[in-house]
Amino acid sequence: MIPTPFDYIAAKSLDEAVALLGKHGEAAKILAGGHSLVPAMKLRLAQPQVLIDISRIKDLAYIREEGNSLRVGAMTTHYALESSKRVRVVSPLLAECAAAIGDVQVRNRGTIGGSVVHADPAADWPAAMIALRVEMVCAGAKGERVIKADDFFVDLLTTAIAPGEVLREIRIPLSQGRTGQSYKKVRHPASGFAVVGVAVNLGLDAAGKCANASIGVTGAAAKAFRAGGAEAALTGKPPDAAVAAAAAAKAADRQDMNSDLYASAEYRRHLVEVTARRAVLAAVGAAK
Amino acid sequence: MATKYVGNRVKRTEDPRLIQGLGHYVDDIKLPDTLHVAFVRSIYGHARITGVDASAAAKAPGVVAVYTGKDIGKIGGVPCASDLPEMKKPEFLVLASNKALFVGHAIAAVVATDRYLAKDAADMIQVDYEELPAVTEEVKAAAGAPYVHEQFGTNIAYKLTAGEGDIAAAFRSSDKVIKQRILNQRLAPIAMEPRGVLARYYPGEQELTLWSSTQIPHLMRTQVALMLGMPENRLRVITPEVGGGFGSKLNVYAEEALLGWISMQLGQPVKWIESRRENFQSTIHGRAQLGDLEIGIRKDGTVTGLRYNVFADMGAYYQLLTPAIPTLTGLMLSGSYKIPAIQINVTAVFTNKMSTDAYRGAGRPEATYVVERAMDLVAAELGMDPVEVRRKNFPAPNEFPFKTATGLFYDSGDYVLALEKALKNADYKKLGEEQKKARAAGRLVGIGVSTYVEICALGPSAALPAGGWESATVRIEPTGTVTVLTGASPHGQGQETSFAQIAGDELGVSIEAVTVIHGDTSIVQYGIGTFGSRATAVGGTAVFVALQRLKEKASKLAAHLMGVDPATVKFADGRFTSGAKSMAIQEVALHAHLAKSLPEGMEPGLSATYFFEPKNFTFPFGTHICIAEVDKDTGEITLQRYIAVDDCGRVINPLLVDGQVQGGIVQALGQAFYEHVVYDENGQLLTGTLMDYALPRATNCPWMELDRTETPSPVNPLGVKGVGEAGTIGATPCLVNAVIDALAPLGVRHLDMPLKPETLWRIISGNSARSA
Ligand SMILES: Cc1cc2nc3c(=O)[nH]c(=O)nc-3n(C[C@H](O)[C@H](O)[C@H](O)COP(=O)(O)OP(=O)(O)OC[C@H]3O[C@@H](n4cnc5c(N)ncnc54)[C@H](O)[C@@H]3O)c2cc1C
Repeated sequence: MIPTPFDYIAAKSLDEAVALLGKHGEAAKILAGGHSLVPAMKLRLAQPQVLIDISRIKDLAYIREEGNSLRVGAMTTHYALESSKRVRVVSPLLAECAAAIGDVQVRNRGTIGGSVVHADPAADWPAAMIALRVEMVCAGAKGERVIKADDFFVDLLTTAIAPGEVLREIRIPLSQGRTGQSYKKVRHPASGFAVVGVAVNLGLDAAGKCANASIGVTGAAAKAFRAGGAEAALTGKPPDAAVAAAAAAKAADRQDMNSDLYASAEYRRHLVEVTARRAVLAAVGAAK
Repeated sequence: MATKYVGNRVKRTEDPRLIQGLGHYVDDIKLPDTLHVAFVRSIYGHARITGVDASAAAKAPGVVAVYTGKDIGKIGGVPCASDLPEMKKPEFLVLASNKALFVGHAIAAVVATDRYLAKDAADMIQVDYEELPAVTEEVKAAAGAPYVHEQFGTNIAYKLTAGEGDIAAAFRSSDKVIKQRILNQRLAPIAMEPRGVLARYYPGEQELTLWSSTQIPHLMRTQVALMLGMPENRLRVITPEVGGGFGSKLNVYAEEALLGWISMQLGQPVKWIESRRENFQSTIHGRAQLGDLEIGIRKDGTVTGLRYNVFADMGAYYQLLTPAIPTLTGLMLSGSYKIPAIQINVTAVFTNKMSTDAYRGAGRPEATYVVERAMDLVAAELGMDPVEVRRKNFPAPNEFPFKTATGLFYDSGDYVLALEKALKNADYKKLGEEQKKARAAGRLVGIGVSTYVEICALGPSAALPAGGWESATVRIEPTGTVTVLTGASPHGQGQETSFAQIAGDELGVSIEAVTVIHGDTSIVQYGIGTFGSRATAVGGTAVFVALQRLKEKASKLAAHLMGVDPATVKFADGRFTSGAKSMAIQEVALHAHLAKSLPEGMEPGLSATYFFEPKNFTFPFGTHICIAEVDKDTGEITLQRYIAVDDCGRVINPLLVDGQVQGGIVQALGQAFYEHVVYDENGQLLTGTLMDYALPRATNCPWMELDRTETPSPVNPLGVKGVGEAGTIGATPCLVNAVIDALAPLGVRHLDMPLKPETLWRIISGNSARSA
């Protein structure tokens, strides 16, 4: 429960953070809320020699609307997203997913940026990021680039962010028209993380049919994934109980499931189905 | 005596300091020049240690010393207080030198100027291991090689048969013998505060002080003095605030002696605070019994006999009471029932795991679980209401004191009374109707019942390895404040409050005037400790009797001072009165200390000490009922209601009793649904963090509807029985019975704990045969 020795530097600006990352290379790690990194350091699973704290950089924690998108700073805490009245209106899935993370203490320190970059296979945010089709804005020595959520989560604890880059902002396109969103999870009884978590973002047409569906699944596999089969099964259909069930049955198609002491791969696959069905029905309910 | 405090919901006087963070745990005690210890522990379940290279560590920054198994020659082994016939006795040295027998087995200790440097240096120590095949399953362990301790040529630690009555005849005469294999899985006690030791040796005074988070300061002093070969009266053990024990600190651990020894080597204070990881690996575990139950019955539900052939997993070594725990299981196998023939056959085995020992209930929850599952198996077999099966087998109130076939005398009890009250509080009839409706609607709703009896107030000295009495000193100081010194070492249970309530009422003083002191062997007379739900029944009684003696003396002195006949003096509300004359007890105390005018032969001062030896255990009992629903889709369990009626004898403080019952039920919930210490076949600990090992959370807990019956115990003048473990004992089978009842329509009669959603889902979805 005691980390190896490390240096600590509080970056004053994003540029400084990027420069420090460049200078220290592999030996350095960005410190955001510290709620994934510090536990790993205490177990000596992570042994960075330099910590670059980005929590004191001005203007990395914000929630702003710009045109048809919501801009969320990487250092925004889960709690800020959960408790923002505006977020609840324009992007209820964000608020619902935030509220499903850990406990209040964790949500008060943990950040959305830290969670997505850490890419824990059982983290909640990645499902919502995929369902909302967000874009990750990363700052590097050569300037900024934008990575789509679908390309961002690469593998277990691995994202498309390059060494030397800092995640600055998450852009969430705001849905137009009749939309319904929901996040449902099965909590691990010990860690509270998602055994499986399913985020659903639906658009309904005037006739009440599902015009578009975007579904992200976390916890179930090595990385969060898009439930393409389920999306296709919903699109163009009236999302009633039978359609939801048929779609949910496809949510884990072509995915290898994780297996651990708490849930075997077979049970996880089943939980994805149940959770997807519940989340789809809740999203449909929310759209009405 | 009018009771102003006893029986009332007096708020805990301990709490203001604890909730403000002003209490002092071992780690809060800072001594100048303290050095810090970090351990190197085995990463293998079973391995030969072929070399330990500490040369780099010894040169690392801040390192003062490194000790390995070769350096600690004279320190005695970790003590085990229980001794059974033909028991194999492995020596458990404080550091392993030839072989590591479990993950977490300490191999080397590094001492450095701070905790971080100690840990960094510990990581530099190179241990060469030759991994050996591990022994992890009880049944396989009993069957033969490989052996945990080669020298024994067996993994069987001991075998023991107990019980009375002709079990073979009982089974012959029954209409049916039901059989069931039952697991009481291995659990980790997980006190919120892990263990911790601070040791300070004064070479000049030759005095060693150990601050340790323990439940038994005096027993520890004796044992550590023996381990270190030092005079016991040069060793002082202080237990500051203790953040939970649950039996895990009813022990003498290697680290306690080793830290003392290191401080003696270096002449400087040394501290070690256990990490949560170490806590999982090298603090005792509990339960770990796998047994075959056989229960003989008649068609009308009468139980004729019960046999339990059980494998008890000792772990690699014994800690203080490891071998004794299954004997307690044997004692409690009659439950609250009249069972003419009972037999337990224990096969205790060594495995490459941490030792098991007393964990909240210590052998009794295991027995109660077996018996209460048995009652439900009988009910299922005969299609009877589980409540009726229990009622049928209760001893009648006029049969008390009741002798069980396990050799106990239940002194008192009215099991029907508690049962009826619980049934009424639950509205049992209505529950049944609601369950019918729910089942018709396709829902999986179950009702769980358990009627338990437990053995508390441990106990007569004849039944315990190191004394079953408890001590108290009470004194009134010259300025009139009252000091109570208790040998029981409460650690969170609230006796600073409840003993002050007793003293306040007996002396007619405000509880603010009373201070209860415990947990310092240089201040408090020898005592036994807090475990086995004994602190109030045995320790509280010692306080009570000491108070009577103190009052007798004060009364004589008051008579003398007032110049009246002692026979005319009455004591009430803190005053001695005779006719028109009256004196406050504080005034009497001052005169006792000034000693200018004492009756002939009376000693100065006003204090009394009493060592109370109980004649018997006490036998609390109760009925728990709960309602559980299983989610058909996921197998997840929701508890809808939890109703408990407990009889713990006379209640000193209902607030404390409720707290104990609630905490006990929550720990039962842990065993029933969540907790399991899992080692793989190589002896690797798979549940070594709180991210893997699930403890119940507040959000998992049902609202608990608590009630009581109050039949005073005849074995002590307070009439109290004990309540520290009752919740755990009564609730575990109640919870499991409810879930199994929910799945009964699917043909389920038994499932092993913890009741994981996946297991339930497999049954519900009909693919339980498929492997997990
Ligand atoms: C008790 C507990 C319970 C939890 N329960 C849950 C749960 O139920 N669900 C869940 O999803 N999570 C849970 N978490 C994790 C929590 O949400 C973390 O806060 C989050 O995963 C990481 O965010 P952070 O700000 O703490 O990041 P940190 O721990 O500071 O960083 C995590 C990683 O991301 C990197 N990093 C952080 N920010 C940036 C950035 N802007 N650019 C580049 N790299 C960056 C760091 O270098 C590090 O490698 C829990 C944590 C704890 C301690």
